[in-house]
Amino acid sequence: MEIFGIPTALLGSQLLVGLINGSFYAILSLGLAIIFGLLNIINFCHGAQYMMGAFVAWIALTRFGVNYWVSLIAAPLIVGILGVVIERLMLRRLYKLDHLYGLLLTFGLALIFEGIFRDQFGISGESYEVPELLSGGVNLGFMFLPIYRGWVIVASLTVCFGTWYMIERTKLGAYLRAGTENSQMVQALGINVPLLITFTYGYGVALAAFAGVLAAPIFQVNPLMGSNLIIVVFAVVVIGGMGSIMGSIITGLALGLIEGLTKVFYPEASSVVVFVIMVIVLLVRPAGLFGKS
Amino acid sequence: MNAPASFAESKLPLLLGVLFVLGLIAPFAVYPTFLMKILCYGLFACAFNLLLGFAGLLSFGHAAFLGTAGYVCGLMVRDLGVTPELGILAGTVSAGLLGWLFGWLAIKRTGIYFAMITLALAQMVFFLAIQVKATGGEDGLQGVPRGNLFGIVDLSDNLAMYYLVFAIFCIGFFIIYRTIHSPFGQILKAIRENEPRAISLGYDVNKFKLIAFVISAALAGTAGATKTLVFQLASLSDVHWHASGEVVLMTLLGGLGTILGPLVGAATIVALQTQLADSVGSWVTVIMGAIFVLCVLSFRRGIVGELQALVKRSGVN
Repeated sequence: MEIFGIPTALLGSQLLVGLINGSFYAILSLGLAIIFGLLNIINFCHGAQYMMGAFVAWIALTRFGVNYWVSLIAAPLIVGILGVVIERLMLRRLYKLDHLYGLLLTFGLALIFEGIFRDQFGISGESYEVPELLSGGVNLGFMFLPIYRGWVIVASLTVCFGTWYMIERTKLGAYLRAGTENSQMVQALGINVPLLITFTYGYGVALAAFAGVLAAPIFQVNPLMGSNLIIVVFAVVVIGGMGSIMGSIITGLALGLIEGLTKVFYPEASSVVVFVIMVIVLLVRPAGLFGKS
Repeated sequence: MNAPASFAESKLPLLLGVLFVLGLIAPFAVYPTFLMKILCYGLFACAFNLLLGFAGLLSFGHAAFLGTAGYVCGLMVRDLGVTPELGILAGTVSAGLLGWLFGWLAIKRTGIYFAMITLALAQMVFFLAIQVKATGGEDGLQGVPRGNLFGIVDLSDNLAMYYLVFAIFCIGFFIIYRTIHSPFGQILKAIRENEPRAISLGYDVNKFKLIAFVISAALAGTAGATKTLVFQLASLSDVHWHASGEVVLMTLLGGLGTILGPLVGAATIVALQTQLADSVGSWVTVIMGAIFVLCVLSFRRGIVGELQALVKRSGVN
């Protein structure tokens, strides 16, 4: 079977890779958007926290024999708690300053985390075995689907939409949205905004770590795995605009798919296609697809 | 109220004069290659500071200008046999043009988005540099000859090369100094302090930002092209985002928005890296990150900024 002269198996597998990358873009840009909404900072160490999620899972498995399913919950918790500590000790001091200082601080933290892990584990990368329950694959007729990859897409979409539901449909989410609009007013109404901010940062960071655990069996667990990814995610965020939760999810998935398609039709451009789209969006709609003016 | 500040300002020409003389005699006391590295990064950081310190624009993609100019200069000198001064000029012009393109795109947004856009555009340049054959991929451009300046002076002599780098730094520094102290520089500061007010006064804010961006990018390119000649190598690490981060760190550590801060910051970081490279290996990144965090949390004025504040206080007493 062929479509436009491309075998469907190739097309299907590249679209699958695109969808998986898209899921990671979606979770990461969602985390960035939530943090930016309330804290007004860009969390530059988001990529490092994604990497740490993967490493915590890998260390837990190889040193302590903790299985994948436990890590899927525990690693985001651990990295999230580290995020809470960072927010309480450092970020908190910067809220009254120019937003750019938050970016610079988290950039410095990203260098620290990356450097420590590089010193401990080198840059060659470690492999994480696919859990037994999810190993193997199914033949869909037109292509072969490894079960783990299907699981990654399902799990990340579930988390994305769960987060969307929590923010748009629950009381906690209402506080959060109100805090994004006008935090002083929300504070005056008796809601503990500093606690809300700490929780939000911790949650955004935990999302990144969750993506890291999901990524561990697919990509090499490598100290640098987050730093290149995060710059693409920044471009995704510029394209989508950070105003809308659903917008971040959709933009992330769509760009992953477009990247996958580019790999099929014009592989040389696949590493830059997201940046090219960013340029086009900047020219046509500078505020981003889902941004407000 | 501003008297103490102008006291510091009035001493500036004297200080610059002393530094100039020191720069002239320095290669007889210190290893010239080390000094040239400081001057190249110093010019890079001064150019960056023009943008962040005086126009309030945080570009996280300045490595693209440093690296691209390095490649252009390296290719011209090595493969086309052009003289070094023309190579540096070509590097500067190419970085300026790239800066015009980047600036034109990035200025459409402000603040954090501006930083992210410049970072993403620079990453695109990085990917292109890996893929395109002319740049030598991971190896970079090796074996770039220093050549003869104006076809006469042999630059393979380290001392001759040093004085060329020193002259280039002084010219670049003078351009930045004049830009900051011109009416144009005043308007940049006005934009930094209060953009809506600058707009309401009738200034075409985006035009000023773009010009500042192009000057900054071009001078960053001058630094990159010169660096290529000094080390006879245009490397991929110069277009990597780490280099963009490094220049932010140098500027922040030295003193954001001060004239001499970026040079002091560049000298400190280059010296640290040279000292640490042998002893601690990959901990260099961690230490750089820690300095970053410390600067942001409790040392936001930087070395020169703190010194100025000290002079100001003692002036009052």
